[in-house]
Amino acid sequence: MANISIKNVKKSFGAVDVIKGVDLEIKQGEFMVFVGPSGCGKSTMLRLVAGLEDITSGTISFDGKVVNALSPSNRGIAMVFQSYALYPHMTVYDNMAFGLKLAKNAPDDIKTRVMKAADMLQITPYLQRLPKQLSGGQRQRVAIGRAIVRDPKVFLFDEPLSNLDAALRVATRLEIAKLHHSMGKTTMVYVTHDQVEAMTLADRICVLKDGIIEQVGTPLELYEKPKNLFVAGFIGSPKMNFLNSKFAEPYKATTIGVRSEHMEFVDKGGWAGKVIHAEKMGSDTYSFVDVGTEEPIIIREIGTSRHDVDAKVNIAPMKDTVHRFGADGISI
Amino acid sequence: MKRSLFWNVMFYIFVAFVVLESVFPFYYAIITSLKTGSQIFYITYLPVIPTSQAEFAHLFDNYYAVLFSGNGTFLRNIWNSIWVSTWTVAVALFLGTTAAYALARVRFAGRKLLLMTILAVSMFPQVAVLAGLFETVQSLGIYNTDWSLIFSYTIFTLPFTVWILTTFMRELPVELEEAAIVDGATPWQIISRVFLPLMWPALVTTGLLAFIAAWNEYLYALTFTASSNENRTVPVGIALLSGNSDHEIPWGPIMAASVIVTVPLIMLVLIFQRKIIAGLTAGSVKG
Repeated sequence: MANISIKNVKKSFGAVDVIKGVDLEIKQGEFMVFVGPSGCGKSTMLRLVAGLEDITSGTISFDGKVVNALSPSNRGIAMVFQSYALYPHMTVYDNMAFGLKLAKNAPDDIKTRVMKAADMLQITPYLQRLPKQLSGGQRQRVAIGRAIVRDPKVFLFDEPLSNLDAALRVATRLEIAKLHHSMGKTTMVYVTHDQVEAMTLADRICVLKDGIIEQVGTPLELYEKPKNLFVAGFIGSPKMNFLNSKFAEPYKATTIGVRSEHMEFVDKGGWAGKVIHAEKMGSDTYSFVDVGTEEPIIIREIGTSRHDVDAKVNIAPMKDTVHRFGADGISI
Repeated sequence: MKRSLFWNVMFYIFVAFVVLESVFPFYYAIITSLKTGSQIFYITYLPVIPTSQAEFAHLFDNYYAVLFSGNGTFLRNIWNSIWVSTWTVAVALFLGTTAAYALARVRFAGRKLLLMTILAVSMFPQVAVLAGLFETVQSLGIYNTDWSLIFSYTIFTLPFTVWILTTFMRELPVELEEAAIVDGATPWQIISRVFLPLMWPALVTTGLLAFIAAWNEYLYALTFTASSNENRTVPVGIALLSGNSDHEIPWGPIMAASVIVTVPLIMLVLIFQRKIIAGLTAGSVKG
């Protein structure tokens, strides 16, 4: 239940500038995802919002009130950590109730809130267990539960899924998405290095690199209109195909980018090359075609492929699907 | 890897040697404590087996003499030792834990230097600081009281207490502390409600070491309570046990006294050893 306003925030650890001036508005109830490669400062951004790190310069305000000097608990935030960070010596119930007990809530109130959260996350049967008696997924749910009972204005997630295995990750992702719908007014900020998580969960994504925001927008804006080469390459799986020099010249650009689903096999013309590998996913086939670029061009076909490995083929981008980038890497 | 027979044999010979070396003195103290009169001066390696009712009745004479002759001074000494050691452990653990939190978790300039200084302090021989400590104790007005010993023992147990606890606290996940901060815990609540329950294997280990050190300490005990029979601790009490004449050293009662004060320590270690191991394995759960 808070609009977050980040104004010209910088953060240095000693001589190292980690965040180099970030401006960002996060609206109430929005699900904002910080994404970027490791070392881009996304976790630091989250910790600055949480209040676990001091800001070197700039301001962060919740609903217009500057919170720079407030402690995490006074900011009304709750946080879910990558390693769960459950208190190992406390039962699930006590883990969830700890914050409320410290805040001296009435015992009845604590009980109601914990039970409600436990019910929501389906962990009621485990309330009397210790964290070590739970599976990874259950622990993560307890960690989320501990955050819910605080009834936070801002809900922060620091790579909450990266300790889970692939199947559980998809299931928990869905849980978090449902949580976001049911806690409609709570602002959520989520950090991940996984662009699939970012695309599936976010209302808006903030792509960071080297402590600077590269682009902010809805998942589809980022996918369809990337501002620069970095965002174009980072968002989307498989990666966007990049071509330059003689391939880019006809399009009057230094570099052009085409997504795999926008490439097609043609009978003649286009770019001539050889299929070097095909990944058959069942629903789609990704063919890797060597046309003389550094990296092979990836083409998606629906269903199974008609082209064998080593076959000579001609490929071309579909009409009006080419992203053009100038010498500075910015989209034209 | 499988060891060859030769090294296997060597290994067990070595083990046997270590066990013998550490257990034999205590064993000899026990059998000596059960001897009376001139028996003591005959070297035997097996306990004297009482053969008659009369001999059996005198088996524990030395223990009786130590405990109940001299108006219960020795009992008083034991009580002093327990009192002083317990307080030393309590104060050392309290100061140790809070200091360890600061040294392990709070970033401040000169932290490394401070840790090294603490280590360096423990390298001074006791005698070197004795005179200074004596002056301090005098000026605090606690000379000849239990507090002089609690005060000085705390000083020399603190360096290793702080070091062990600091090392252990560094190992605790940072996210655990941050989770507690987000939950609104103050530093003291983080220490007392999150860290302490997880650190208790370390607390038991350091507490036990501090207890043993305080229990066995002789030099300060002799110096700071020299003129007061009432406040002596056990090591001094034993050393000052006197025989019937000035020329007789009462070996029997001394041995009996040594056994009496050693057994509680061994019991403590054995009890807590299990707890330490149990605690260490239970603590290996990822937070």
